[in-house]
Amino acid sequence: MAEPALALVQASPPPARAQIAFDNVALTLGGKAIIDTISLEVSAGEILCVVGASGCGKTTALRLAAGLYQPTGGSVRFEGEPMRAPRREIAVVFQDYGKALLPWRTAAGNISLALETIGMPAAQREARITELLAKVGLAGHAAKYPTEMSGGMQQRLQIARCLAQDPKVLLMDEPFGALDAMTRQGLQDEMLALVAATGATVVFVTHDLEEAIYLGDRVVGLLPHPGRVGLELTVDLPRPRDQLATREHPEFLRLRRALFDFIKASE
Amino acid sequence: MSMPERLKPLLLPLAALLAFEAAMRLAAVQSDSLAPPSAIALALAGALTDGSLLIATRDTLASAFAGLALGGAIGLALGIALGLSHILNRLMEVTIEAIRPIPSVALLPIALIALGFGYRMEIAIVAFACVWPVLIMTRAAVGGIEPRLIEVARVLRLTQLDRVRKIVIPAALPRIFLAFRLAAGIALIVAVTVEIAINPLGLGAGIMTAQQALRPDLMLAYLVWIGVTGFVLNAALMAAQTTLFGRAALTGDGA
Repeated sequence: MAEPALALVQASPPPARAQIAFDNVALTLGGKAIIDTISLEVSAGEILCVVGASGCGKTTALRLAAGLYQPTGGSVRFEGEPMRAPRREIAVVFQDYGKALLPWRTAAGNISLALETIGMPAAQREARITELLAKVGLAGHAAKYPTEMSGGMQQRLQIARCLAQDPKVLLMDEPFGALDAMTRQGLQDEMLALVAATGATVVFVTHDLEEAIYLGDRVVGLLPHPGRVGLELTVDLPRPRDQLATREHPEFLRLRRALFDFIKASE
Repeated sequence: MSMPERLKPLLLPLAALLAFEAAMRLAAVQSDSLAPPSAIALALAGALTDGSLLIATRDTLASAFAGLALGGAIGLALGIALGLSHILNRLMEVTIEAIRPIPSVALLPIALIALGFGYRMEIAIVAFACVWPVLIMTRAAVGGIEPRLIEVARVLRLTQLDRVRKIVIPAALPRIFLAFRLAAGIALIVAVTVEIAINPLGLGAGIMTAQQALRPDLMLAYLVWIGVTGFVLNAALMAAQTTLFGRAALTGDGA
């Protein structure tokens, strides 16, 4: 009260603008309502996990955020601008790494594809490729073709290709769903470390409820037919997360119970 | 496989040749259409040494490859365009299906009036025949590209040209090469057919000349040589395909 001017400034901070905003988004394909309706905001630097029974449109929602689909109702905005097409600031990691990588290009060649597209001069590419491969733990594998790599390595390579475009947002569609449990846990921790280092926003679609809690700052549960938001949980667990300690945390178990109950009820 | 095992498949043809030779000699056949294998071999050696056979081979292969290059290029460009654009494909479908069934040799009279005798006419007809297999198979190859790759191209924001250059063509390449291999066989067949029917050059004309000169040995020597040429051409393209794309590409559809 002694400094009213300061109090005034604190009372009206600039409105926190969402980085990605779904505003009453609906999508109808071939007369069938796939999504009806989703309103959602993702802030910069946040890790938002999306779960839901099959048919809830979680992958579709991710495609809307990527600009691969256009909504038939409402709007999807990135930093306030409507998404009309894919943008350089937004990278997509697909689940089926085997199909998303170019089999006729080496690991270095696959990363180079993204660098060529953003117009990086050829002379600078090699150093950047080496740096990106090292970042995802693939140093020394530059000359390998995707078919010569394990599933985990291929998914790392796809993540490296996404990082090549310096994205502000990573959209990940069940990226670890096809990997074995050990590889998956390793990649979860690597991804969290990468994201913490770059400060990127992440929207992570998964059917693994524990994975969603383990990774997320927030978990959104979608209801199926048509897809809509049914549940929003804030994950108040300390970071960095730890595969043992975090998963044994009472709050983790409480959230896990809540999510399982929600999915069971939605099916 | 041991040597005798490998030679087994040759036993029957060799026996047949010997029997044919023996029959021709014993019966002392005088024929305008048949000749003993030994006479055919002699005629073949003669035509090879006097250079006439090699010049004819050069003429036929030059026409066949020029036609393949021209028709294949048109088929490739159209196939990529139609494979990428559903609208264009729908627009062109009736036109293509109306023109495609026309036998290439049926165009001979028109081609003759328009282009006269010689290479140009033969190349045009071979090109017409080669457009279709390349077009149809390229269209299918491009249309059948993994949709995820197209999405990757979209999220990485590749330009339309880069999408074709860096994604579509490399992904479809094994099947496009297969299309060219099949078209090469067609090109040789059509080139020889045009020469037999009307054009006074190449291997087909050589057969006709030998026939009219009542030289069955030389006529059959040309026939054997055309078979050898086709076999070598196909073997060379198969070897190239295996080297370039590995064994998987030889299964046919490459999918």
